[in-house]
Amino acid sequence: MAATSFKEVFDKLNQGVVGYVVILLHVVAGSYLVYSQPRSNLAFLVFISSLLSLYFFRADNRFKILVGMLLALVIIPVIGVRNIFYLEVIFQISVFAALSLGLNIVVGFTGLLNLGYVAFYAVGAYLWAFFGSQQFYVLNYAPGTQPPDLPFLLPGDAFYLFLLVAVIIAAITGILLGLPVMRLKGDYLAIVTLGFGEVIRVLANNLDKPINLTNGPQGITPIQRPTMPEWVVDLFNSLFSGVIGHDVKLADMYNVMFYFFALLVIIAIIFVTKRLDDSKIGRAWTAVREDEIAAVAQGIPIVRMKLLAFAVGASFAGLMGVLLAASRTFISPESFNFMQSIGVLSMVILGGIGSIPGVILGAAVLTILNLQVLQGFSLYLNDLRQSDAVIPVINFAWKDLSTQLDPAKYQKLLFGLILIIMMIFRPEGLIPAKRRKRDVSVDETK
Amino acid sequence: MKQFLRYLNVKELVRPIGQMLAFSLGSAAVMSAIILVLALVLDKTAVGTALVNKLNVSLFSYTLSNLPQVVIDGLTIGFVYAAIALGYTMVYGVLQFINFAHSEIFAVGAFVGVEVLIFLQTLGVLSGASVFMAYAYLSLAILLAMLAAGGLAVTVEKIAYRPLRNAPRLVPLTAAIGVSFLLQDLIRLVEGLTTGQFNRIIPTFGNFDDRITGKMTLGATKLFIGISVKSIIVIVAAVLMLVALNYLVNATKVGKAIRAVSQDMRTASLMGINVNRIISITFLVGGLLGGAAGLLYALKFTRIDPFIGFFPGIKAFTAAVLGGIGNMTGALLGGIILGLLETFAGSYLGVFTMGAAGSEYKDIFAFSILILVLIFRPQGLMGKNVGQKA
Repeated sequence: MAATSFKEVFDKLNQGVVGYVVILLHVVAGSYLVYSQPRSNLAFLVFISSLLSLYFFRADNRFKILVGMLLALVIIPVIGVRNIFYLEVIFQISVFAALSLGLNIVVGFTGLLNLGYVAFYAVGAYLWAFFGSQQFYVLNYAPGTQPPDLPFLLPGDAFYLFLLVAVIIAAITGILLGLPVMRLKGDYLAIVTLGFGEVIRVLANNLDKPINLTNGPQGITPIQRPTMPEWVVDLFNSLFSGVIGHDVKLADMYNVMFYFFALLVIIAIIFVTKRLDDSKIGRAWTAVREDEIAAVAQGIPIVRMKLLAFAVGASFAGLMGVLLAASRTFISPESFNFMQSIGVLSMVILGGIGSIPGVILGAAVLTILNLQVLQGFSLYLNDLRQSDAVIPVINFAWKDLSTQLDPAKYQKLLFGLILIIMMIFRPEGLIPAKRRKRDVSVDETK
Repeated sequence: MKQFLRYLNVKELVRPIGQMLAFSLGSAAVMSAIILVLALVLDKTAVGTALVNKLNVSLFSYTLSNLPQVVIDGLTIGFVYAAIALGYTMVYGVLQFINFAHSEIFAVGAFVGVEVLIFLQTLGVLSGASVFMAYAYLSLAILLAMLAAGGLAVTVEKIAYRPLRNAPRLVPLTAAIGVSFLLQDLIRLVEGLTTGQFNRIIPTFGNFDDRITGKMTLGATKLFIGISVKSIIVIVAAVLMLVALNYLVNATKVGKAIRAVSQDMRTASLMGINVNRIISITFLVGGLLGGAAGLLYALKFTRIDPFIGFFPGIKAFTAAVLGGIGNMTGALLGGIILGLLETFAGSYLGVFTMGAAGSEYKDIFAFSILILVLIFRPQGLMGKNVGQKA
């Protein structure tokens, strides 16, 4: 009952100008805190949570979009460039948000559990890694034995072309993988996708012979990035260097650029998802998710619909893969292990299966937990270890604490706990998907 | 004695042994025949000449001389897979649910057993133990591993799966993945905090590392047959467990209840069967088998880490699907076939592809089989139809 009463109180408060005031205050306070204290995790949390008040408080949509654009396009890049660590966190959040949104199409809309989602990510990443590096000329050399100055196969700007190519290749991979298992119950699909994820990783690890396609466990580097025009850096510097306090270097500018790319992908996914959700296909997906037999009875071609969902989800992962390869300039098979797949799945489930804002929230929460909270906790424990402090009651000296206890390395524990707790207590996620009524009357569908 | 025999269903004791013999010998014979024919065919091609240039031995005699060892290794690992696969298949039979955490139950069994042995070693009783005592200690370790794993399986079911019994299918599956991840890191945490390291090595004691060897001449080729005591222990222990399980399921009252619940849970409960208790028992039995399999695996491969459960778990699941999930005989057959296939692939792939692909692909071999099975025979070799009407 507490939840409903809280909701009532919140709704009562959330009227009129209150929304505008809270949003503005939160954004300004967050930005100021991060700006003035570039090392504080707490300040960053206050700042990033302003997106939450932007979502929850009631205000005019145009106002919300304006504030959102200001945040995404101006404040975040400026703050990120001022403190590169924040930009890294934000970039990771946007990468994982895009991946989770892609997985959400498969898991959330169609109800197909895909446990090997990063395999498609890997397909995209290796695609660009192969064509956007010197790997083509390394084919006949064992890893580590290639001559030093080999030419690049393609210019860096082919990156843009490969965004498209990756979408197509990943979609085809998804369809090929989905074909044999779509007729079976969902849990088979889960295991087969899991297996596929491992197959891709093992292939990436071992295809350095007989011909050296992937360079094995060492991974491929350097991978090219698209060229950055001089004037962009100059423009950014002339606009913001005063606020930032120093001139921005090219490398940092690249990070900003990839953040924007990820943002574009997120917007594209949201757009595609929303449009699909309102279309015949989206309704067919929902029908397949809710009851396959009933869906067949309605004349929905369920295998085709499932494959479509699978392909759409895969293509977004492929796209993000190209982005990852270019932004990191280095990829290795270990970036695509099973834990990554489960991590993305945990984000979807934590946020709310099928819910776009929920999934983004899930990605943000888990990435921050992973990159900031767990690591912060590790550092804190390390400090304690070096101090002479003693736990009072049980008389345990922190010095004696095993060095194995390093919270940053226990992500699986975190993901596992989140999955179990969410499934038992709140399977619909933090921000549940709104079940829209699809009645006869057109007005109510809005 | 006579009184006792009357209550003992002898048929159910003999039947599984017969099955196991038939399955092992049959699949070993079929696979050996295939590989030998393949070797004969490829002997005169580039593959054969490459081997002659490298090792100065013809492909056929290379294949033949390695064959006995490969078959024995394959059967050993196959029985371990079968023991794990039975845990999957029993739970699936009762709840139609893939117990993803079963691979970690297996890992916990391995760790508990190995830690018990390491503890015995620090007490100093292992090094000078006679052969009889060595087997007694090993049995003790297996027993404790089984108890720990079985208890854990029941606990996991109570805490994580029971509240989700009536939820949509993917909900318990997701929870099971969560349990699997959680347990992996919990093992790591406990091991890290108590011993400071999480790669554990099983102590050497007794005569487990001895090999019984024999020689045999077959035409021009000399066959060296060597079987380590370890392999015999693994196979014997697995066979004993499988026979006991078969007896439990097919010849006791509890087993009848388990079968009833897996046929129709609601009707079974109407017949006065305590469904919750039967499900707990199912998890317990699966856990006992998994835990013992864990220690047997550790005995065979000596080194364990908190993530050892993953691949055996996946392969055992594949074995269960291959045999027909929900079907216990199928799981046995699937485990044996998969163990053999994998060992054959691991040993011969390198030679047959001229070094292009080797044993590093062993681990994904199971997945290829899984996908092939799902395309061509989704109900498995011995199972009922599992395809959703499409």
